[in-house]
Amino acid sequence: MELWISGESKRFEAPLPVSDLVERLGLAGRRIAVELNAEILPRSRFESTMLADGDRLEIVTAVGGG
Amino acid sequence: MDELVIAGKPYSSRLLVGTGKYADFAQTKAAVEESGAQIVTIAIRRINIGQNPDEPNLLDMLPPSQYTLLPNTAGCYSAEDAVRTLMLARELLGGHDLVKLEVLGDPKTLYPNIVETLDAARTLVREGFKVMVYTSDDPIVAKQLEEIGCVAVMPLASLIGSGMGILNPWNLAIIIENANIPVLVDAGVGTASDAAIAMELGCDGILMNTAIAAARNPILMASAMKKAVAAGREAYLAGRMPRKRYSASPSSPVSGLIE
Repeated sequence: MELWISGESKRFEAPLPVSDLVERLGLAGRRIAVELNAEILPRSRFESTMLADGDRLEIVTAVGGG
Repeated sequence: MDELVIAGKPYSSRLLVGTGKYADFAQTKAAVEESGAQIVTIAIRRINIGQNPDEPNLLDMLPPSQYTLLPNTAGCYSAEDAVRTLMLARELLGGHDLVKLEVLGDPKTLYPNIVETLDAARTLVREGFKVMVYTSDDPIVAKQLEEIGCVAVMPLASLIGSGMGILNPWNLAIIIENANIPVLVDAGVGTASDAAIAMELGCDGILMNTAIAAARNPILMASAMKKAVAAGREAYLAGRMPRKRYSASPSSPVSGLIE
């Protein structure tokens, strides 16, 4: 299936829960927040949420800024 | 004790600082510490996938026990993007609801888009955020943002990152006079005297980033700004002497002169 992660297309094998995706991207344990198809996805739902073809994710963190 | 109260929480420092444009995290940390700031702004950005997982994160450097974080919407040009950014920030920071809203109108001047700002402010207040809002120095807009339910209004003194100082003290004075919520100058301060002037006008605080980060010695400038904000505040509270074009009142006694 094709996922759009922060605007970039990436291919993964289904089934894939968000928690596994986070791990495979090397982001496990990092301070991140995830938006799935323009809705906030709470961390508590990473394991139970299965990704589907065409899903759009934004994964953000805090950086320096004014 | 003279404290700045924002959304019911008291702060002893009236200087708020940003964390952008520093050479590295060590310099950011040193400048923030030297400034004495208790409220510190951060930005929310897409994470760089594939980066070293051991790379330090800004949040590790700013413990919530020590600082009140103020996630901002810098770089957003629409109400929708600003609201999405702050929803992500609230999730990232475990439910934290004090935020800085800024919706920009144009990348050349970074002047705020007021129509989008008002729209985003309404949505955010409805969603339960405590909104500190960056705006122009228009007194009517400042009042409207207060009426929407923002917890602080933050007019520019001059354009973001310009260091041009307080360009319209009269508008700021009107905003301050009319406001029932804290008024903080956000943007435009270039050096310590600008900060002191803003505080002497009666501003409740100042938020700055570039004035410190782009100084030749940011750590020393952070110290200068801390003192300027405190000095300006004391001068405001003390009440300056009236301006007189001619002083017929010498400081030394007029009697007892030798003859």
